[in-house]
Amino acid sequence: MLDNLLTADPEVAARIEALDLEFNKFGVDPYGIDKNDLIRFVSAFAWFYRFYFKVDVYGIDHVPAQGRAILVGNHSGGVALDATMVMGSMLLDAEPPRLPHSMVDRFIHRFPGVSQFMSRTGQFTGNPDQAKRLLRAERLILAFPEGARGTAKLAKDADSLVEFGTGFMRLALETNSPIVPFGFVGGGEALPTVANLKRLGRLIGVPYVPVTKWGLLVPKPTRFQLLYGQPISFEGTGHERDEVVRAMVDQVKERIRDLIRQGRQLREKEISEDDLVL
Amino acid sequence: MKVLVTGICGTLGRLTAVKLLQHGYEVIGIDRRPWLEAPEGIELFQFDIRKRPAEDVFRTHRPDAAIHMATVTHLVRQSPDRMRVNLYGTRAFIHHCNSYGVKQAVFAGRHTFYGAAADSPLYHTEDEPPMSAHTFPELADLVAADLYAASALWRYPEIVTSVLRIVYTLGPSKHGTLATFLRGPNVPLIMGFDPLFHFIHEEDAAEAIVTALAHKLHGIYNVSGPSPVPLSTIVRAAGRRPLAVPEALFKLGLGRLGLPHLPAGAIDHLKYPIVVDSDAFRRATRYTYQYDERETINSFRTAR
Repeated sequence: MLDNLLTADPEVAARIEALDLEFNKFGVDPYGIDKNDLIRFVSAFAWFYRFYFKVDVYGIDHVPAQGRAILVGNHSGGVALDATMVMGSMLLDAEPPRLPHSMVDRFIHRFPGVSQFMSRTGQFTGNPDQAKRLLRAERLILAFPEGARGTAKLAKDADSLVEFGTGFMRLALETNSPIVPFGFVGGGEALPTVANLKRLGRLIGVPYVPVTKWGLLVPKPTRFQLLYGQPISFEGTGHERDEVVRAMVDQVKERIRDLIRQGRQLREKEISEDDLVL
Repeated sequence: MKVLVTGICGTLGRLTAVKLLQHGYEVIGIDRRPWLEAPEGIELFQFDIRKRPAEDVFRTHRPDAAIHMATVTHLVRQSPDRMRVNLYGTRAFIHHCNSYGVKQAVFAGRHTFYGAAADSPLYHTEDEPPMSAHTFPELADLVAADLYAASALWRYPEIVTSVLRIVYTLGPSKHGTLATFLRGPNVPLIMGFDPLFHFIHEEDAAEAIVTALAHKLHGIYNVSGPSPVPLSTIVRAAGRRPLAVPEALFKLGLGRLGLPHLPAGAIDHLKYPIVVDSDAFRRATRYTYQYDERETINSFRTAR
C-alpha cells in the first residue's frame, strides 16, 4: 500500500502523539483514526504545506485549544485545496495541534483509496448525526457551507461567496458550539480553473471535473493567506424558523467576506499584518 | 427462574446457556440440532421452533423467560427455508411467549440490521431505520425478524421484551460471520476500502444477553464491546494475510478463486463500516466487556 512507502517525520509524529485522541491497542481511535497512518500521511503532506505551497496563517489562536468548535470558511476554487491547508494549519502550526473533522461531500467515500484514506484520517461524509456526535465528543469540525457550489467557483470568482447552507448553524445552535470563521485566499491562483466539465463528472461519479488554464489539474506552487477570526457564539436550540437561522448565517457569511477581503489586501500588499481586524 | 432458549445448540446459544446456569437460572432449550455433551442441568428438546412439539414445551414447562436465538444467519445458506425459519420462527416464539405466560422475552439480533453505506453516520443509534433491507436484500429476512420481534413491544406490552442488536462475535469457537470470513490464510479485502468492524468476544456477547435478562430490559438495544477496528488490522492481528482485490474482480470471483461465497450485497459490508452506539445498553445495565479488541482476536487466532 501507498502508506507503507511514506516515512514518518519525527516532528510530525510528536504532534500527532500530542493530539487529544484516545487510541486503542491497535493505535485506532473510536472513530477509526489510525495514529500511524496519520503520522505517515501528515509527514508527506507537511512538505507540500511548507515548501510546495506556503501558508501565511493569521489569528490561529482564535481556534479553541480544546473543546467543541466549528471552523467555517470559504472554498477558494477548483478542488478543496483550502480544506487541506486548514487541516495543515491545525495539525502543523496550531499549539496544541488539533485534528479537524471535515464534513466531506457524499461522493468522496465511493472512491477506492480515497475512502480508506479519509476514513483513517477522520474525514467523514457530511451528516448531521455524525457531526453532532463529534461535537458532543468535544471535537473540531471543519465545514464549508458553500459545499460543492463553492469549489465549482471558477478562478475569476475565487474570492466571492456563493449561497451558504444553514446546516452548520443549526448544528452550532443545537450543540452549543462556537463558530470560528475563516477566510482563505489564493486557491484561484494555485489552480486557475476556467471551466467545469459536468457531463464528464457525472460519468465518473463526481459533481464536475475542473479544467485549469494549463489543462491539467495540478496546482502550481502558491502562497496562501488563511485568516481565522474571533469565535462567534450564537444562542438558540437549532430548531428556529428558517428566517431566524438564515439571519445568523448571514452574519457569519459577512464575517468571512470581511476576512477574505483583508486576506486579499494582505496578498496584494495593500495592508500589513498590523492592520488586520480578526 | 426458568429460562427457555431457542437455538440453544448454536455457538452463542451454548455459551448463553452455560452462563445462565452459572447465574443460577433453570435452563431448557429447543433446537433442531443435537447438543451431544450438553452440561448437566440443561433440559434439551430437539424440535423445530415452528412445529407443534415446540409449542408443547412452552405449554408444559411454562418458562418465566425466553431467549430467541433460533435464527439462521449464515450468508452462504441462501434458501427459502432460511427465510421461513427466521420469520415464522420468530412469530412462533412471540406467540408462544404470549400464550403461555412468559413474562420476559429476549431477541438476539444482529447489528447488520443498519446496513453499510458510504454516507451513513459512523455510530448507529437504535432509532435508525434498517438500510440493509435495501442495500443487502439477502439480509431482509433478518431485518424483518428484528422488526417483527420489536413489534411485540407494543403488541404484548405486558411481556418485558428486549431486542438486542449485537455486533459480530468472535472467539475460540471460530464460528460466526466474521470468523468464517477470516478462515483462510489469505483474506480478500476490497482494494482501497478498509471499513471499521465492530466485534465482541463471544463470551461477552453471551454475558450481555444474560445481562439484558437480569435487568429486565424493555426496548431495543445495540450491544457492542471494545471500539471498532479496521478490517485489515483485524486480518493481520488474526495472523492472516490481507489480499486487496479490486472491486470488479472481487464481484466476478465471488465463490471462485478462493474468494468467499458471499452475496453481492455483502460487498458494501467490506467497503463501509457498521458501527453501533451501545451507550443506552451500558447505561441501563452498567454492562462492561471482559475481552478487549486484542484479546478477542487472539482468542480466535490461538484456538485450535
